[in-house]
Amino acid sequence: MPNVTLTEKIAARAARWFAALVIIFLMAPILVIIPLSFNSGSYFSYPMEGFSLRWYEAVFSAGDWRLAFGNSLVIGIASTLLSTVLGTLAALGLSRPEFPFRAVIMPLLISPMIIPIVVVAVGLYLVFAPLGLIDNYLGVILAHTALGTPFVVITVTATLLSFDRSLTRAAASLGANPWTVFRRVTLPLITPGVATGSIFAFATSFDEVIVILFIGGAEQRTVPRQMWNGIRDRIDPSILAVATLLIVFAIALFITLNRLRARAERT
Amino acid sequence: MTVTTDRDDRAGAFRRARRRDARRAFALAVPLLAFLLITFIAPIVMLLMRGVQNPELSRAMPVLSASIGAWDGTGLPDETIAAAFAADLPGAQESGSLGPLARRLNFYLPEFRSLLMKTARRLPPAADDWRAALAAIDERWATPEPWRVLQRAAINPTPDYLLAAMDAKVGPEGGVTAAPADESVYVDAFGRTFWISAVVTFLCLVFGYPVAWLLANLPPKQADRLMILVIVPFWTSLLVRTTAWYVLLQPGGVINSLLIWTGLTTEPLPLVFNRTGVLIGMTHILLPFMILAIYSVMKGISPTYMRAALSLGAHPVVAFLRIYLPQTLPGVGAGCFLVFVLALGYYITPALLGGAGDEMISQLIAIQTNQQLNWGLAGALSAYLVLFTLVFYFIFNKLVGVDRLRFG
Repeated sequence: MPNVTLTEKIAARAARWFAALVIIFLMAPILVIIPLSFNSGSYFSYPMEGFSLRWYEAVFSAGDWRLAFGNSLVIGIASTLLSTVLGTLAALGLSRPEFPFRAVIMPLLISPMIIPIVVVAVGLYLVFAPLGLIDNYLGVILAHTALGTPFVVITVTATLLSFDRSLTRAAASLGANPWTVFRRVTLPLITPGVATGSIFAFATSFDEVIVILFIGGAEQRTVPRQMWNGIRDRIDPSILAVATLLIVFAIALFITLNRLRARAERT
Repeated sequence: MTVTTDRDDRAGAFRRARRRDARRAFALAVPLLAFLLITFIAPIVMLLMRGVQNPELSRAMPVLSASIGAWDGTGLPDETIAAAFAADLPGAQESGSLGPLARRLNFYLPEFRSLLMKTARRLPPAADDWRAALAAIDERWATPEPWRVLQRAAINPTPDYLLAAMDAKVGPEGGVTAAPADESVYVDAFGRTFWISAVVTFLCLVFGYPVAWLLANLPPKQADRLMILVIVPFWTSLLVRTTAWYVLLQPGGVINSLLIWTGLTTEPLPLVFNRTGVLIGMTHILLPFMILAIYSVMKGISPTYMRAALSLGAHPVVAFLRIYLPQTLPGVGAGCFLVFVLALGYYITPALLGGAGDEMISQLIAIQTNQQLNWGLAGALSAYLVLFTLVFYFIFNKLVGVDRLRFG
């Protein structure tokens, strides 16, 4: 750059240092607890007594942690499938220029992301109790589906904005029926967006604890619910082992997402 | 003539086709709308309705609730009202509706439950003067206060929960008065919720802006690497991050051990189970939202404006303040609204990292439902929380548009 003055240099340097501190603030807590999960002692501080996998063994051998991981996967996958189908359909409608009342419907469909979850959870208790959906897998799955749909709606609508509608018109004019057009033209083009949305929906369900606290029973205990118990009642380093597993899982989801995005940008 | 009819026909056909297309587009959103109606809107409406419903007295004591409205609230009510109360009481006990009523009345007047239960136990089968008979069971029946409570309980729908959630009630003379100071917790709690959300928003803005600037201005390779360091915490479970801070900030935790080891302090600092812990945890969790919102605007800003300002002789600070900063305001606005609105409803992080005196409204709603079983007050508190959230959401949508929300 021309005209680089001393002030600018100092400002840029200061911004870098400040940003470095912020990044330490963001990353440090996550990085600090990973090694502690391999501590052979049961303290939450350094120096570590020695390397050990005992807390991982404790997690994998504990029936309630295994149940929690199983529950999180089942509830997460079921609610993701539902919210992906419902959200994608709605996004297909919303992205058409002739969609009526869009200015009202769109904020409404996004609002599950914004409304305080405690209000939704307490309200769900009132609605689901007479229907027998309390302490019940179906109840939790339906609730998580509702919370996941905004992410699918947002990502798929965004994908469809850059979608060239002359492609579907061309296919239709060549004699394809609407279902064929959707299956052979639209769906392949929006798949990265749909997949991104469903990853967000899955992450939402996988991380959700407040709804489970209100409408889930002991049988529907998920990983976050079990962690909540762990912190409140009897915290021991096995919770750090679970945290480490979840961090690895988060990174895996992130990498998947990045691959999808790269693929979307190529097409 | 034929030409105009022809044109009218065509215009009509066009309008019909448009309406049909609109219906078809809308039909695609119907399944989701119907689903959210049952699993999202109905629950919220049900809860908010609880904030004004007052069915306990009319359910347990139909005769009394129909007649007590006639009392003018001074002195003692008529004998007919006392007789209606005595007539309703055994039936309420038999049908099991006395328990909910006792709990409801206890919210109005502490120890009303014991008064009601005692009266139900000792009620004579018949009496010539019910007012005297009731006063003989408990002298409180000779005062107007319990009768006033019964009169308030007969009003359905009631404004009482909505008033109670704002630390107010209807006084004996009928006007709205402030609740006693020792019961006034909710206005403070709303104020605290706003204050914590505002401070967290401010901290996120101060911490997030420079990071977003770096992300937008570094060479692509370095920016990608930096982005990973922002996104990985964003993707990490909220419970994991709260747990991490719980472990780090404890008196015997990593940060305090480090501070003592370096000699910066001799005593462990109180970093958790207080406001500090809540602010650290919530800022950490919401910071990536702010960074991503500002970054998405900054990366669209062309560097030529800044260069032009500098080459025309503007001081870099002036150029930044007058040229660059205004262009980033849409991102700043989006980030601030998003962080503030999300912070308003926080529950898990303040519950785990905060102490007594740091409760946010969501926690008080949970306490009212789980521990006090006071669904009415939970509904009223929720009504205000939802209202405040919607106001900010509405402004956010007007200024930024929900379509602009992006993650990761």
